[in-house]
Amino acid sequence: MSDYLPLLGILVVVVGFAVKLNPMLVVTAAAIVTGLLAGMGPVEVILTFGKAFNDNRIIAIVWIVLPAIGLLERYGLQERARTLISGFRRATAGRLLLLYLGYRQITAAIGLQSTAGHPQTVRPLVAPMALAAAEQQHGELDEETQEKVKAYSAATDNVGLFFGEDIFFAIGSIVLIQQTLATYDINLTPFQLALHAIPSAIAAAIIHGIRLVLFDRSLKKAAQ
Amino acid sequence: MITLNWLYVLAGLMFAAFAVLSALDRRNAKRFGNAAFWGLMALSLLGGSYIGDLANGLLVLGLAGLAGFGAIGRGDPDTTSGAEREAYSKRLGNRLFLPALIIPATALIGTLAYTYTPLGQYGLIEPRRETYVLLGLGVLVAVLVIFLWLRPPALAPLQEGRRMIDSIGWAAVLPQMLAALGVVFAAAGVGTVIGDATRAIIPDGSIFLTVLVYALGMVLFTMIMGNAFAAFPVMAAAIGVPLLINSYGGSPAVIGAIGMLAGFCGTLMTPMAANFNLVPAALLEMKDENGVIKAQVWTAIPLLAANIALIYFLGFIWTY
Repeated sequence: MSDYLPLLGILVVVVGFAVKLNPMLVVTAAAIVTGLLAGMGPVEVILTFGKAFNDNRIIAIVWIVLPAIGLLERYGLQERARTLISGFRRATAGRLLLLYLGYRQITAAIGLQSTAGHPQTVRPLVAPMALAAAEQQHGELDEETQEKVKAYSAATDNVGLFFGEDIFFAIGSIVLIQQTLATYDINLTPFQLALHAIPSAIAAAIIHGIRLVLFDRSLKKAAQ
Repeated sequence: MITLNWLYVLAGLMFAAFAVLSALDRRNAKRFGNAAFWGLMALSLLGGSYIGDLANGLLVLGLAGLAGFGAIGRGDPDTTSGAEREAYSKRLGNRLFLPALIIPATALIGTLAYTYTPLGQYGLIEPRRETYVLLGLGVLVAVLVIFLWLRPPALAPLQEGRRMIDSIGWAAVLPQMLAALGVVFAAAGVGTVIGDATRAIIPDGSIFLTVLVYALGMVLFTMIMGNAFAAFPVMAAAIGVPLLINSYGGSPAVIGAIGMLAGFCGTLMTPMAANFNLVPAALLEMKDENGVIKAQVWTAIPLLAANIALIYFLGFIWTY
């Protein structure tokens, strides 16, 4: 039974997020609760948490793009992205995001997953362009529709990334699968694994693609 | 050799500048909270390897405390007005995209050139970190080009960067916190317990139901941990290897590759995957912090069904 005690840490996370406590506090509390219930001492928990945070600093590197992006926004990059799209009379938010989905899947599939992303491409380019296109379809956007266009822009980046990157054989998740299975004497090449990521990538393109087309329709309908 | 450490230093110096500029920002009532928060991030990036695990742990508690008890506000650095931006955009035209494209282009062309030409043989860059290093290089080149072209005030890149990081706030640090929580979960044996529990609910003899539990287990555990990487070893040990591969003779490549992708469907549906789901909501200044997740759910669920079908058919029925 005591084996199950550390699961209370998960409960802390679920309840904490559900009642909208600050996630930074929730996560810290969950780490401490989990560690203590697993029999670690208080200092050991803090040591483990601190070391793990330090080992994951690579996650913070992406923020170095902010000064460049912020500087360009100072000179009207978002406004320019909007103007460019309003020049294409047939541009729609759905078609634009469909194009970005393809771009994201293909570049991720050849190992270039860190070249695009939310700070690098979605905020300065993709989202403003999608908003401008939606405005052309729909007329002035109410707040709810704006939120939806932004949400779809971010979602498209995620779907493209997740269901493109595993086609590249030298990516972390492929290496992890290979290593995990190798401990059971199941030896696969990264290439075999990457190949089997292709059907899911196609399914993702079709399913999310259909949703983008439907999104276009709902924008058009709302305009009438 | 250019290592990841160079990038930590670059990012650390940037956060240090954010901290100093925050402290000087009299328009932000919580300026010292911001200064302390970004200062701790700078300390972590610059000194994390030297200060020891306990100091790192206390540093994390400091970050959580500052964020959790509302000590951080939003800075208000001088920038251009909406009208000025429109005017710049008209005057500068589509050339404005060029510096923006320098960053992805440097990373993209650089990585390709480094991997597929003899350039890579000199060992200039730490292996497997090429894209990150080239991303950093792209940023520096882009900032340099903007300076030569538009001659902004000297502090503008740091002030504009601070404007953006303040609009994201503590959400910028949350992904790293969640990754650390994942490590604590693993050390506490959470994975083993969940693996045993899922195995206990599988009915004997049905391949399809076993595939279903395997995929749903991947999704559920991914949603709890915030990424599929932590879930895969657990579900492989509990169900994938002993049942699907060894007992039922399924294709290991299918069970491995598509099982992981089933987990990615879970990543689309959880706030625990903060860098994909919460950070963009902050970056795009959305009102609903769960808006991105809501937009993803109806892609994730059909896609999960597709992945379950793919594991079943490619792994067991149409094997070759």
